[in-house]
Amino acid sequence: MSAPDLSTTWMGLELSGPLVASACPLTGDVESARRLEDAGVSAIVMPSLFQEQVEHEELELGRLRDFGAESYGEASDYFPELAAYNTGPDGYLRLVEDLRGALSIPVVASLNGVSADGWARHARAVVDAGAHAVELNLHHVPTDPDVSSAEVEESLLAQVSAVRGAVDVPVSVKLGAHLTAPVHLARRMGEVGANGVVVFNRAVDPDLDVEALQVVPRLELSRSSEMRASLRWIAILSARTDLSLASTGGVHSAEDALKLLLAGANVVTLASALLLHGPSFARGLLDGLSTWLSEHEYDSVAQLIGSMNLDHCPDPSAYERGGYMRALTSFTSPMP
Amino acid sequence: MTKRTMVVDGNEAAASVAYRTNEVIAIYPITPASPMGELSDAWSSAGRRNVYGAVPSVIEMQSEGGAAGAVHGALQGGALATTFTASQGLLLMIPNMFKIAGELTPCVIHVAARTVATHALSIFGDHSDVMAARSCGWAMLCANTVQEAHDFALVAQAATLESRVPFLHFFDGFRTSHEISRIEALEDDDVRALLDDEWVTAHRGRSLDPDRPVLRGTAQNPDVFFQAREASNPYHDRVEAIVDGAFERLAERTGRRYAAVEWVGDPEAERAVVLMGSGCGAVEQAVAELARRGEKVGVLKVRLYRPFPARAVCEALPASVRSIAVLDRTKEPGALGEPLYQDVVTALAEQRDEPRPRVIGGRYGLSSKEFTPSMALAVFAELARPEPKRHFTIGIVDDVTGLSLAWDRELSLEDPDTKRAVFYGLGSDGTVGAAKSTVKIFGESTDLHVQGYFVYDSKKSGSMTVSHLRIGPRPIRGSYLVGRADFVACHQFSFLERVDVLEFADAGATFLLNTAHGPDEVWEQLPREVQRAIREKGLRLWVVDGERVARDAGLGGRINTVMQTCFFALSSPFPRDEAIALVKQSIEKTYGKRGATVVERNFAAVDRALEGLREVAIPDAGRGDLHRLPPVPPEAPDFVQRVTAMMVAGRGELLPVSALPVDGTFPVGTARWEKRSIAREIPIWDADLCIQCGLCTLVCPHAAIRTKVYEPNGAAAPDGFKAVPWKGGGALAGHAMTIQVAPDDCTGCGICADVCPARSKEVAKHKALDMEPKDPHLAVERASFAHFLDLPQMDPRRVQPETVKGSQLLEPLFEFSGACSGCGETPYLKLLTQQLGDRLVVANATGCSSIYGGNLPTTPWTTNAEGRGPAWANSLFEDNAEFGLGMRLAYEAHGDRARAILDEFRGDGVDPALRAALLERCERDPASIHERREQVARLHEALSGLSGDRPDARALDELTEGLVPRSVWIIGGDGWAYDIGFGGLDHVLASGRRVNVLVLDTGVYSNTGGQASKATPRAAVAKFATDGRSTRKKDLGMIAMAYGDVYVAQIAMGANPKQTVEALAEAESYPGPSLVIAYSHCIAHGIDMRGAMGHQKEAARSGFWPLFRYDPRRADRGENPFRLDSRKPTKPFAEFAAKEARFAMLRHANPEHADALLARAQRDLDEQWRLYEQMADVQRSVPDREEETV
Repeated sequence: MSAPDLSTTWMGLELSGPLVASACPLTGDVESARRLEDAGVSAIVMPSLFQEQVEHEELELGRLRDFGAESYGEASDYFPELAAYNTGPDGYLRLVEDLRGALSIPVVASLNGVSADGWARHARAVVDAGAHAVELNLHHVPTDPDVSSAEVEESLLAQVSAVRGAVDVPVSVKLGAHLTAPVHLARRMGEVGANGVVVFNRAVDPDLDVEALQVVPRLELSRSSEMRASLRWIAILSARTDLSLASTGGVHSAEDALKLLLAGANVVTLASALLLHGPSFARGLLDGLSTWLSEHEYDSVAQLIGSMNLDHCPDPSAYERGGYMRALTSFTSPMP
Repeated sequence: MTKRTMVVDGNEAAASVAYRTNEVIAIYPITPASPMGELSDAWSSAGRRNVYGAVPSVIEMQSEGGAAGAVHGALQGGALATTFTASQGLLLMIPNMFKIAGELTPCVIHVAARTVATHALSIFGDHSDVMAARSCGWAMLCANTVQEAHDFALVAQAATLESRVPFLHFFDGFRTSHEISRIEALEDDDVRALLDDEWVTAHRGRSLDPDRPVLRGTAQNPDVFFQAREASNPYHDRVEAIVDGAFERLAERTGRRYAAVEWVGDPEAERAVVLMGSGCGAVEQAVAELARRGEKVGVLKVRLYRPFPARAVCEALPASVRSIAVLDRTKEPGALGEPLYQDVVTALAEQRDEPRPRVIGGRYGLSSKEFTPSMALAVFAELARPEPKRHFTIGIVDDVTGLSLAWDRELSLEDPDTKRAVFYGLGSDGTVGAAKSTVKIFGESTDLHVQGYFVYDSKKSGSMTVSHLRIGPRPIRGSYLVGRADFVACHQFSFLERVDVLEFADAGATFLLNTAHGPDEVWEQLPREVQRAIREKGLRLWVVDGERVARDAGLGGRINTVMQTCFFALSSPFPRDEAIALVKQSIEKTYGKRGATVVERNFAAVDRALEGLREVAIPDAGRGDLHRLPPVPPEAPDFVQRVTAMMVAGRGELLPVSALPVDGTFPVGTARWEKRSIAREIPIWDADLCIQCGLCTLVCPHAAIRTKVYEPNGAAAPDGFKAVPWKGGGALAGHAMTIQVAPDDCTGCGICADVCPARSKEVAKHKALDMEPKDPHLAVERASFAHFLDLPQMDPRRVQPETVKGSQLLEPLFEFSGACSGCGETPYLKLLTQQLGDRLVVANATGCSSIYGGNLPTTPWTTNAEGRGPAWANSLFEDNAEFGLGMRLAYEAHGDRARAILDEFRGDGVDPALRAALLERCERDPASIHERREQVARLHEALSGLSGDRPDARALDELTEGLVPRSVWIIGGDGWAYDIGFGGLDHVLASGRRVNVLVLDTGVYSNTGGQASKATPRAAVAKFATDGRSTRKKDLGMIAMAYGDVYVAQIAMGANPKQTVEALAEAESYPGPSLVIAYSHCIAHGIDMRGAMGHQKEAARSGFWPLFRYDPRRADRGENPFRLDSRKPTKPFAEFAAKEARFAMLRHANPEHADALLARAQRDLDEQWRLYEQMADVQRSVPDREEETV
């Protein structure tokens, strides 16, 4: 029997396999990206271009040049004017070009923005530089008590819509985990032009330094258990929307990946496992997947995808509230 | 053919030709010539080619002397070489200039002519430098305008190559070097057309080459030197004709016709003025005015000054001329007259037969003193008098020797078709940048002629800038400030209460005011003086809330674009839409390189600006009771009232000669009288939280936050004054303690609040010091500070000045300087004055510290209640160590002499115990010093009581101060210590004398705008190191330690305050030379200044700035003299560097190159640390160190 077909389709992109490297340092470097490709990763999502950071850098540079300038006769400024500053997205765009040149797998640029204007401008720029698709990282921390969830969602939709209007490549939206109505929002994302959603954004949550009494960002690698939060929503979204689905977070074994594909993910993205074990980890994971498929007599990954989604699984209530009940009771003694 | 025009200043005009016509450019920063070197370095880094197709090699040297030497060598090597300089820099080049001319070597030096320091330094323009170089044998060509600076750079280059005589090409510093003007550009083809390749070939043919060796630079003897000196005469004789030829070729090529001398005026003139430089424009305007009045006058503009074109001068002066005034922009005390005067007199004597015209000579324009057409009219009027003053001055009131001519200050000869605008802004608020951009917009988008000139005040923080713009259909000849403006903009509302911003407003002018007050409320908020000026001059007043518009556009409070747009809307000849398009184009050009965000936000500001622009209906009466503030408070001393106040008010021009000290000696402690109140936020003290650590006052750059510990005396404190019990205990138990801000002197840098370690338990962000908006606190803090000043000052004998806490209870005698907000240098100086201010003598190298320390009108060094305090002097940039050593030698000589006389003074009138005590060595602690001063006072009393005329008693009495130890500190920046003054510093450290050297190391030439020095670290971007410095920072401490008997410390106040305080005290107590190298953060590092002290910790933690002390006394005790005060680095250098723009900008611009440099820098630091660690382990004894006696 021939080896099972691992190929999959994600937002119209034909991929040789279901493993995608998500935004991490490995995908921001041409050499390690090449190693990912060699290990069987079938697309990469670049580290995010942060709109805020781009603007911050540009404004900082402006402030730097203005700081102390033109205030004393002996020194009209304090820095030489450089031929170019590479501010803003310049470096990022070069990286897009370099990755495009070095890889034959699709390169997905990732944007993290705050305003519709900035999104559209930068999306156009990364696509012009060669990105096959754009991932929008919708990370929004609503702190204003007067802004309702509906208003927040409208603003997120406006941003997606702005990007859709600016580019003609596939656009996927990375959703935050804390949404009141994720399925509804995902559907509306699709309506305004998103081709897929990524479930879920692993935001960098803040931490406190108790000595310095400072708030500090802290990024931790994912654990397998995190995968299951995505699992539920992938299963539901797979049944309730036509969007391409990508999971992110918590895939550390072939079995983890398999579960997400069964639930309905078109691709499984991973970063922590690659960072922990190196790019070659992807090869082992694909081999494990392949072995499972063979052992269970599947011909292809395509057969597998969504076969356990909300509509196709034998016990859908397990994905819903019932699942929660069962998990609770499983920790107590079964009734005699 | 339409000629390409460009809008540039004189420096760029000259440098653009100099760069294109040379192969080797040796540079060194000096105001106002630095931009020529900076541009050359930037062009070279960018790979721009000269007309020969090569990228010139640009090298920064350690001094102008070094630059001249390098140029001389490059010329000997057959290269085309140049340099740029001014003032003292030119003086340092003179030895080489004699050589270069003596060897008939073609070369041009471009000089932005600047005042040579005499009774005072001045950065401004006159001809005292070039005149000091006139005997070197160089031809001298003077450009009077920006266009001429461009053209003559080429004419000089052509003429030097053809004649072999080197040329000094000069133009007026600031007035021409920094004036922006529209000029016609010389294209590469024009440049090549004037330069014959044969001349270059001939120059190369004379080079030193082992294939055809020659010897140059022999020593000659009485037998032949003289003849050989005369042998070059024919070359000098040909220069004038060669220059004429070059002018002719330039004219053929460009249509711009010049001559060695040019007559402008009536061919039948009876009176003439002769001068050179930017002042010619003003005289031409006066000539035109007099011609209109039917008077027969003219002006002779001199371009070629050496060789002096005597025949051309006499031929150009009409035979009808009966009287001539020659104006010199320099002063030569003791001479029969200034140089140009003497040259003209001699020329006439040699070339003309009797009856010759009468010639008188006058000085004008020293240190960029204004020279206006009205002054020129006064000179012509003087010439018309039957007995004119033979020697006179114009532009000042000389009520001492009566030399000055009176002139009409009100008269204006502005061209009515030329628009004139004046903009008042705050330093760094973008006003000057916007004005420059306006000049460029007009100069580049229209056929109009433009001129921009910018005046700065003497402070580095919170300074006022005034931009003077002229825009008109005819070439602009006014080389002086705008006197009658059609448009006045005040970009800072607070100026109105301090400055007469409408002084220059013409009748009917437009007045644009940036204010948060709306059109209906603003009138009553204006000082009555401003209201009066608006009504009397019939001004139209417009207001805009620039801050709000800028904030809404996402530009923070940056108002420049808003204000520029309003100017265009109110005062430009363009239709509004076109004007806006032009402003946007200019924004794109200026900010485009910095990224789309900045451009977009500025566009938004343009679009919103006009919505907020409103005209104010002028009421027919004054309203409100606001008045302009007096420049200094009424309680200020007499000199401050009479003299300083005038300068503070911007009216120093009006001071007569008699008001000024004759020898440059000024009273100290004047900064306290200039209340600038520039902070928006000030630190507010929460006394209950305070742990009384003293850090806030230690780090304050302006001595604007202070601590006092005092006995509560029951005196009524004003409401809101805060005090808590002193927690220190000991002798001061029961005392009260107050930390007090000086709200009008604080610059709002926030460093004190940043370093404050005491946090509230309930609200983590609240500290014992928080920065809060000033205005709500101002009244209370003002009254509190006044009360605080009246509280008793701590007696130095009751504290330990070598501890952080102890030192901060002492009075700072360096306060409220004009240094940048957050300056990293001044806290060290202030600390020094707290530890030993009453016996401190400072030799200060030229640089930032001499500017914030000694730039008028007000200065920070001050005295204590007894009238004692630091005595301060600045000599030069290059000689400071020697200067300080000389002071030390003087005190030693006087001390020795006093002791010698006292030693002979036996049994007669002076208590033997007192005599014996005074012959003992005096310790350096406050108590010993105090005791010694009391002994000296008793000695003085005893000596005064001696009967009869005792010459020895009188001699001793004059020298008694020599018996009190003085602490001589030699202070300067790294430019001085590492580069220009290093030779002298090395010698002084080797002298074994008791002098202390404090190097305020910012790692760049901060004062001149951040050029690289040998203290600049590898990988840092600086001017003259645009690609990042490629070599490592010099380890000055290690060099000094090599001597063995020099106390050396490397300190960083923010990294380790305790080590800093101790090191300064140890250096002072060390009876030999000491060197303290102090890490000084600087705005040229591109850091968040508020967090600068915390950043210093990272400097130490990364090994970038290891802290150490080398104390030879430890060797006496059998210990290792070297001690590392830092721990092993724990932070990668790149992490530290990422927080400084000087490193980070290169990482952005050129990541691969930056990473390579950063990696090498890391290796430098690793290697250095290994070396230090080993040193800390080795044994070293220092034999035969002499103990001194005093």
